Amino acid sequence: MATSETAPPTTPAAGPRRRLGRLERLAIEGVMTREVINWLSFWKSSTFSSTVEPTIYLVAFGFGFGSIVSEVGGYDYVDFVGTGTVATSVLFGSAFSAMFGSYVKREFQRTYDAILAAPVDVEELVTAEALWMATRASIYGCFPLLVAMIFGLDPSWGMLLVPFLCFPCAFGFASFGLLISALVKSIDSFSYYQSLILTPLFLVAGTFFPLDRLPEGVQILGEFNPLHHLVELVRGAAFGFDGWEALARVAALVVFAVVMWRLAIWRSTKRLIT
Amino acid sequence: MPGPSALSLRGVRKAFGAVQAVDGLDLEVPEGTCVGLLGPNGAGKSTTMRLLTAQSIADDGTIDVLGHALPGESKQARAAMGVVPQQDNLDTTLTVRDNLRVFVRLYRVPRDQRAAAIDRALQIATLTERADTKVDALSGGMRRRLLIARALVHRPRLLLLDEPTVGLDPQVRQELWALIDRLRSEGVSILMSTHYIEEAERLADTVTVMAAGKAVATGPPKDLILEHAGRTVLEVYGPPDHLAVVEEAARVAGHDHRRTGTSVAVLRAEGLGGSIGGHDGHERVANLEDVFVMLTGQEVA
Repeated sequence: MATSETAPPTTPAAGPRRRLGRLERLAIEGVMTREVINWLSFWKSSTFSSTVEPTIYLVAFGFGFGSIVSEVGGYDYVDFVGTGTVATSVLFGSAFSAMFGSYVKREFQRTYDAILAAPVDVEELVTAEALWMATRASIYGCFPLLVAMIFGLDPSWGMLLVPFLCFPCAFGFASFGLLISALVKSIDSFSYYQSLILTPLFLVAGTFFPLDRLPEGVQILGEFNPLHHLVELVRGAAFGFDGWEALARVAALVVFAVVMWRLAIWRSTKRLIT
Repeated sequence: MPGPSALSLRGVRKAFGAVQAVDGLDLEVPEGTCVGLLGPNGAGKSTTMRLLTAQSIADDGTIDVLGHALPGESKQARAAMGVVPQQDNLDTTLTVRDNLRVFVRLYRVPRDQRAAAIDRALQIATLTERADTKVDALSGGMRRRLLIARALVHRPRLLLLDEPTVGLDPQVRQELWALIDRLRSEGVSILMSTHYIEEAERLADTVTVMAAGKAVATGPPKDLILEHAGRTVLEVYGPPDHLAVVEEAARVAGHDHRRTGTSVAVLRAEGLGGSIGGHDGHERVANLEDVFVMLTGQEVA
């Protein structure tokens, strides 16, 4: 019946030979602490760039196209774009900051060297970085909704789900950014991935125009675009979900997140451990 | 006589492509001592340091750090040691205290001991007054002291110092030597890579001279000097043509010798009475630099 609670207080809590496992909470918390403390020192500029850009898209498209088209897919155009740019904001806040941020921390600031000399493994480092970037991007993702409300979007209870819907998508794109960062030879190479992958994903997500008028091939491709799933989910949260389809989209985002996460760990290990 | 080892490498090899960076290295750091890893640039010192934190994985050989076999148990080893990198990787937009706040967490200092650990580290680095200064605004010497303090927040038993004073003023270098010497006297085992002879001579109990990825000599500095350079060195100065003649005289007399740029240094000159082959010179005590150059075939920068 002896339990650890009855042990005398002099017993050491943990022997020095205690095996350290994988994905330890302490290691992940440590890396995230570093990110949070750093973010607090530059949160203004970081928040500015991650929220103002989608807002500009929202205003430009909302008013630009809004003066020509008043209604799209049964929605007011401002409502349509306001909910759509949530995904844009998530993309900018996760993939871009993961690519550039991790490259700088690895190659220029040598931060990752410092962290990996402490009891932190690459798996924990990548996980912590992706978790933090995803959390931040999910919160930034709500800004376009708030801006759209100023322009007439009606608030709804479902919108409270938006940050949670953003999270798997943001985690996937943060991991994608970490993956690309681990692959490129120089920081200039990011522009290839930006132009060839991220820009098309961003344009063909159903943010600014609905995909259902496009050729069938493009529509099918759209179903492989995580941003499209997020766009549809956010509209669902704002205007009402359509049951199983929404669940399937959440499942797709979770699969995207897990696959990107493991790929990012794999490539980062190859890059950081020589 | 040898006590337990804080760190030991046996036959360690590591290649990067065609370059054999570490080539069958044996290295030992007895507990509580400071071992200097002395070698020219490219000798494999930095690779060795990376192998000890499992940031590089050896192709062959065994590495044991504080009783943990690497790379399998490297995380436990890293939890018990501190690492001071050659390249400054502090968070420069953060304050001194915030840099330490991050590392008390990374090194898993229990919550109720974190504040005390930070204060202690600030004291070691004599940066208490600068705790709320941003790293950007610190001098090179202060930044280096902070790097050392950051590696000590969890009271490690072993400290790895990779070129701890590279690029610093002589005066700042001496401050750091005092700090490192104090740590050793407190019982911390230290492995320090350096290409500054004087640094190794002053701080290290044992020096391992490394060249082309191998340990070419190991021992206390005094023993190494006696064994490889003798007691006295004769320095003969003169114009280049004259130095060539002196070198020939030394070769004929069977003395190891080396060019130092402006002179020829003739080793084991204790019986020569101040001249060789009729060329008068200036006698001085042999030093570790003589050993280093003899063993690695390289002049010190």
